[in-house]
Amino acid sequence: MKEFIWMLPLIPLLGFLMIGLVRKSSPKPLISIIGCGTILISFLLSCGIFKEVYDARLAGGEGIIYQEVFNWFTVGSFNFNISFLVDPLSSIMLLIITGVGFLIHLYSVGYMAHDGGFGKYFSYLNLFIFFMLILVLGSNYLVMFIGWEGVGLCSYLLIGFWFKNSNYAKAAKKAFVMNRIGDLGFLIAMFFILVNFGSLEFQEVFPAAGQLAMGDSTLLVITLLLFVAATGKSAQIPLFTWLPDAMAGPTPVSALIHAATMVTAGIYMIARSNIMFTLSPVTMQLIAIIGVATALIAAFIAITQNDIKKVLAYSTVSQLGYMFLGLGVGAFTGAFFHVLTHAFFKALLFLGAGSVIHAMSDEQDMRSMGGLKKYLPITYITMLIGTIAIAGIPPFSGFFSKDEILAHAFVASPLFWGLGFLGALCTAFYMFRLLYLTFFGSFRGTENQKHHLHESPVQMTIPLIVLAVLSVLGGVINLPEALHGGTWLADFLSPVFAQTNAVVEPFHLSHSTEYILMGASALGAIIMALFAYNKYVKKSEIPEADGSSEQSGLYKLSYHKLYIDQIYDTLFVRPLNGLSKFLHTYVEKLGIDRLVNGIGDLFVSSGKGIRQLQSGNVGFYIFMMVVGVIAFMLYGLFTI
Amino acid sequence: MGNLLENMQGIPLNHYLIFCSIIFVIGVIGVLIRRNVIIIMMSIELMLNSVNLLLAAFSAYLGDPSGQVFVFFIMALAAAEVAVGLAIIIMVYRNTKSVDIESLNKLRW
Repeated sequence: MKEFIWMLPLIPLLGFLMIGLVRKSSPKPLISIIGCGTILISFLLSCGIFKEVYDARLAGGEGIIYQEVFNWFTVGSFNFNISFLVDPLSSIMLLIITGVGFLIHLYSVGYMAHDGGFGKYFSYLNLFIFFMLILVLGSNYLVMFIGWEGVGLCSYLLIGFWFKNSNYAKAAKKAFVMNRIGDLGFLIAMFFILVNFGSLEFQEVFPAAGQLAMGDSTLLVITLLLFVAATGKSAQIPLFTWLPDAMAGPTPVSALIHAATMVTAGIYMIARSNIMFTLSPVTMQLIAIIGVATALIAAFIAITQNDIKKVLAYSTVSQLGYMFLGLGVGAFTGAFFHVLTHAFFKALLFLGAGSVIHAMSDEQDMRSMGGLKKYLPITYITMLIGTIAIAGIPPFSGFFSKDEILAHAFVASPLFWGLGFLGALCTAFYMFRLLYLTFFGSFRGTENQKHHLHESPVQMTIPLIVLAVLSVLGGVINLPEALHGGTWLADFLSPVFAQTNAVVEPFHLSHSTEYILMGASALGAIIMALFAYNKYVKKSEIPEADGSSEQSGLYKLSYHKLYIDQIYDTLFVRPLNGLSKFLHTYVEKLGIDRLVNGIGDLFVSSGKGIRQLQSGNVGFYIFMMVVGVIAFMLYGLFTI
Repeated sequence: MGNLLENMQGIPLNHYLIFCSIIFVIGVIGVLIRRNVIIIMMSIELMLNSVNLLLAAFSAYLGDPSGQVFVFFIMALAAAEVAVGLAIIIMVYRNTKSVDIESLNKLRW
């Protein structure tokens, strides 16, 4: 199976080319078969490769496969290869990307069935999978960076998929620009790595980095820059505002790119570079603080949003915050575990929301929903499972992954745990609020919408069911020791984090404390669920219309997303626009344009004058010639 | 041969220079002020031949025959030039029914 690693990204690329070339002329079924088929083949290959790694791990090996595809270029003593690295970390990521990716492709066949850009959509989606696989498989920072840029591009293309709506096009632009800020950090970090370690290969950089002392200043700079890159891609403070706007894209795109895969690239990258981060405690502190702040703020905003996708978007930002909190406190396995479970339940929730939106004839406002339980039974049950999973109620998967992060946070500082716990309460509340507003109570939409209500077609419900099963069972792969679990994932990933584990002392928390923490978070989640039930089902409260005067200050603050967009607008966008305007009118128009046009004018006017000499009078020409000859002669006389 | 050389050297070099200059200037002025193309051609011929004479004189005084070789070359070239020039003049005459240089003023801005 090893020999086929290079085929893994190639197949979606071929799919992209095939669909992209024939997208206008071929029928939708053919496009669907190519689009889903390529990802399915990739998924099967991934399974084979995972099996290989798994067997190697069982046999006690490290399970690391390095494959050089070709030598890209050589500059001086630096040698850059297109090469792939499969290890426990990337093999699991491969399964997530191609597995969840395949389900979402399948779902899209139903969801996008009536869209005119069907072929374009599938070609972009295949291209995304290609770049994501490159990102994950890359064995050096350069190949990773290609994927990193590529997924940003696909994200831009797919957010702006319905680009005729100028708001959507703006959202796409915003996402792209914010990602670029982060990408710059990645680029500069690569330069630092190249200068300091002489290579970008993971297998050369990490052992060299491991030799450095704790708190080394070079590592500090590199990790800070890498973290900037991660905040851009994974939507953390201060670069998180693009993700909620990214919901302009089709819902399956939100599920695939902006929930399950691309936004976790930052976490993957940090987990991959764990040794460098472990050796710079300042960065780790910063990551933890940013992570917990993002988790809390996004959860706070999500409480009052009325757009079903906006709630999920802020929820994603919040969950990503938890993952960063996990990374910051050194729980690399925990953070990655949360990536895994989050991919299941958040993709499920987004797809469920898509199913609801599909049934509601593109209505996204939860105030117009309600009572959908009996119309969309499968969607309801699967979304209920997803909600329980994300809220952290045992024994569903979200509970275990979130709890592992929170337990590590507690060891690092009880304050982190407290804030994280608060965020978890908010999470439980807003998710159940979403569920109750959408599926309970009575229908609040128009008659026309009610008439069209229907359960989604089978290609949309199958992914929901599969993801629901995974959301329920996902937790078993890393049951904590306190519950006599096997911590299978931690063991499996241990070669990736071996260097870190050698430096830091092992995580230790008494079982009784862990029980208390688990109990507290489970109980808190259940209480919040009941509180939401009381508020939205029993009292059947419905969020007020926009601009209602009865809203409290805190509610308004949350509803308007802490005014962060407005703050950014005043702080960055407007000054930049002003500066651009100034440069345009004064430097460009009055300076550069004038200079360039002036040179042109000079030649035109001088030409106008001089052409008078060409009178057509041969006698005059001869006279000038004689004058010239005499002038040369005189010149010759006086210079010799 | 020696006889010819003595005869040429019998006249001082200055006389050659002055004489050639006069002929050359006559040629230049002819080119400048006459309007008949054939006369202009003749004036050019005058300039060429004044230079030929000068070359021959210098060659004789210097005792170096290469100057005279040049003269032959120039004569051959002048013949070729006249052939082309006269052909042009004939074409001009056919088209304009005149050999006045003022009639050739169409090629201008």
